[in-house]
Amino acid sequence: MSAHGLSGPRVRLDRLPRRRRVNATMEALAWLAAAIGVGILGVMVWSIASKGWSALNLDLLTKPPIPFSLTNAPQGLSNAFAGTLVIVALATAMALPVGILVAVYLNEFAPPSIRSSVGLVIDVLAGVPAIVVGIFVFVLLVVGSGQSAIKGAFALAILMLPFVARTTMEVLALVPNSLREASLGLGVAHWRTTLSIVLPRAAGGIVTGTVLAVARVAGETAPLLFTSSIAGTQTSWNPTHALQTIPVAIFELSESPDPKDHARAWAAGFILLLFILLASLTARWLSARRTRI
Amino acid sequence: MSAADVTATPTRRPFTGRRVRFGDVLLQLVAGAAALGATVLVGLIVWKLVDGSRLALSKYGLGFVTHVAWNPVAGHEVYGAGSFLFGTIVTSFFALLIATPVAIGIALFLTELAPRTIRAPVTALVETLAAVPSVLVGLWGILVLGPVLRTDVEPWLHSALGWIPLFGPPSSSGASVFTAIVVLAIMILPIVSSISRELFLGVPPELKEGALALGTTRWEMVRGVVLPYSRGGVAAALILGLGRAMGEAIAVTQVIGGGVFIHWNLFSTGDTLGSKIASSYQGASTQLQAASLIYLGLVLLVLSLAANVAAQVIVRRVARKHGVTRGGHA
Repeated sequence: MSAHGLSGPRVRLDRLPRRRRVNATMEALAWLAAAIGVGILGVMVWSIASKGWSALNLDLLTKPPIPFSLTNAPQGLSNAFAGTLVIVALATAMALPVGILVAVYLNEFAPPSIRSSVGLVIDVLAGVPAIVVGIFVFVLLVVGSGQSAIKGAFALAILMLPFVARTTMEVLALVPNSLREASLGLGVAHWRTTLSIVLPRAAGGIVTGTVLAVARVAGETAPLLFTSSIAGTQTSWNPTHALQTIPVAIFELSESPDPKDHARAWAAGFILLLFILLASLTARWLSARRTRI
Repeated sequence: MSAADVTATPTRRPFTGRRVRFGDVLLQLVAGAAALGATVLVGLIVWKLVDGSRLALSKYGLGFVTHVAWNPVAGHEVYGAGSFLFGTIVTSFFALLIATPVAIGIALFLTELAPRTIRAPVTALVETLAAVPSVLVGLWGILVLGPVLRTDVEPWLHSALGWIPLFGPPSSSGASVFTAIVVLAIMILPIVSSISRELFLGVPPELKEGALALGTTRWEMVRGVVLPYSRGGVAAALILGLGRAMGEAIAVTQVIGGGVFIHWNLFSTGDTLGSKIASSYQGASTQLQAASLIYLGLVLLVLSLAANVAAQVIVRRVARKHGVTRGGHA
């Protein structure tokens, strides 16, 4: 006990009613804290859902925005939806293989010292603020040659990488060592064991981690501000141009004084939140199913 | 090869040490290159930010960090990070101050108090809060939370506690440092509470049961066993939350209002390192301004790296002491 410094509070055993009152107060405060946490989520989701639902229409998905529009012509954010699809897909394609390889190296090949030091680097990378990642890609790639969706995707991939690597490492660590030993004992090469025994066994967990990572970066604004924000209003799928995205569009619309812009921001935010919540629920369901087997 | 092969020729080839297989070398090289790439990336981020801010770095040196100035007007151009650094520290400190008791309360509720049936759903709901994108928290902050704080909370705090300089005259719009603090507190709440929850779950049950068997109330058990046992880990969780609050740019930009000054009135507008960078995304007018913005990014990077490394070191030390990894088993 003393190793943890548990000297313990001085308890006056003779004052039981008072101690019970203190205990009841503290328990009530803990209930209150939980109510606050759930309540904030409820209020926030309710605001977004109710305001977003009433502003939702098909034009949002199919029509591009009209800059400096003074008329009431219907306008949407089709350019932002296309851009988000392109950029998130590209970012996943960049981060997923690298993240899995990093995890495979650290879990299957690296000696313990490298494993812990590179593991620390991965955690540090996860702690770099998103806006700093945006500035970094701006200095590295955008200065001199301009923005593009690929550069935006690269910035998002940097945010995804530590997340994918960490979740993959956790899943790889759950693969029973007896499987590896059985395979190696049969004379199967280490690389073969890794690729056809260990990774297939971990595939479910990697899919879950990827879904969560996609849900997380789909809502990221900061890395895209400096890499893919100054975009046209036409719907485009060309990743060599800067493309508008939903988070950046919401960011810009939220700074506007026009209530019509706010309505579109709520509607786009509602769709984004719906996607993210569905993705997290799917991931939760996938991992629950996996642990039950 | 089947199992029969192996048993049929048990000593097909005498074992002469490790055979070098091409596939092993290849996979190890490719995977090792990915790990090396991730490591190099962290170094590259630091180097590129230093490189990009060179102009401001050579003109202002380290004095930039504390100098209060941001004037892009040609002829009077002068830049400094002082007011933004101040804003970052004030907002993240007060956000942590608000979030800490609530987050620890939630974690204690989930591990010690909650009936079994609501434990899982409440855990999931609180973690869902972390999944809401910052731009949506900001949108909600400026259009819903800000007006409520301005009309109800700020006047009340001002009349009750106005003698403290922190609670000055209420803001004219919903945008204020105070709104940013509340928004940040909401954003770090799920992070701190979910790490604390894992730590509390890792407290050995025999210690808790021992305390209860000695006749302590539940709160005395928490105060005497749970909190002291997980002290180090909770400190790391708080530092991680602080780092997250300092690095958040988007939601803060939406609600803080902007401005280059140092003042103690939380109900006035302000700026943080992150929000200044984010609000300048449409371009800098001069090379020096661009370099100064990147310099702000460098200051922010150093702050958040320091917070993260400190937290990770504490986590690793605590894990080694308790012989568990990542705060125990859920």
